[in-house]
Amino acid sequence: MADRSDFAAQAMQHAPQLYSAALRMTRNRSDAEDLVQETMLRAYRSFGTFTEGTNLRAWLFRILTNAYINRYRAKQRRPDETDLAEIEDLYLYRRVGSLETAAASLSAEDQFMDLFTDDEVKAALENLPDNFRLPVILADVEGFAYKEIAEMLDIPVGTVMSRLHRGRKAMQRELYDFALERGLVDAPT
Amino acid sequence: MADCNQTLRELEPYLDGELSAEAQEHINGHLDGCVDCQQAYEFHHEFKLAVRRKAANDEIPDDLIQRLEFCLREDIDGDGTVAGEPPR
Repeated sequence: MADRSDFAAQAMQHAPQLYSAALRMTRNRSDAEDLVQETMLRAYRSFGTFTEGTNLRAWLFRILTNAYINRYRAKQRRPDETDLAEIEDLYLYRRVGSLETAAASLSAEDQFMDLFTDDEVKAALENLPDNFRLPVILADVEGFAYKEIAEMLDIPVGTVMSRLHRGRKAMQRELYDFALERGLVDAPT
Repeated sequence: MADCNQTLRELEPYLDGELSAEAQEHINGHLDGCVDCQQAYEFHHEFKLAVRRKAANDEIPDDLIQRLEFCLREDIDGDGTVAGEPPR
């Protein structure tokens, strides 16, 4: 059993990453701050149930994710999975160009993502519906394994994989649209 | 050795480090000899790295750090409740 007096020293190291993830989840600074505070307090209160020697960072992120889902998901009116599927069908139907083909035509192909500002990448991520945004935040921003994400979100590993795939695809489409708008890539003819 | 279809299908779990050592070897073998799949690999690799680089660089505000430290310090009796915070 973990001792509460050790909590602050251990947990505070993870505060910056928790805050960054909370910002991508809530999309605004004041909610993100509240969410991190709630996470730390919840974690502190249940630190006795944390098994020492296991992954504290994963445990904190599990609490963060649950706090976010309980607190913010219900009141959101964001497009859900069905809407994303419809957008996907639309893109398939229109046969538009993709970020991948555009990237291949650039000379510095390996750095094509530097075309985008940090804000554009953040916007592409934040515009994803929750079901897709959370797996992408946890996998790509925070580097958690599928199994850890599956436990945090209480979904099967196969679902984590498919949501990651679709979430990344949707982000790439959005970035491609930014690139078209800004004239960074040529529209497909 | 994996073919193009299998490689493209498993590219994301490959990049995420989620394949078995054996499956990873199959993909390695294919990537060595296939320019098209290599290009797809580069794309997804750069994308994944950039998401991390560009979407995780927010500075945590100093006043939040102070707030957190205050909260954790103020729980003097160790009962999990903090002064000024309603018990939950």
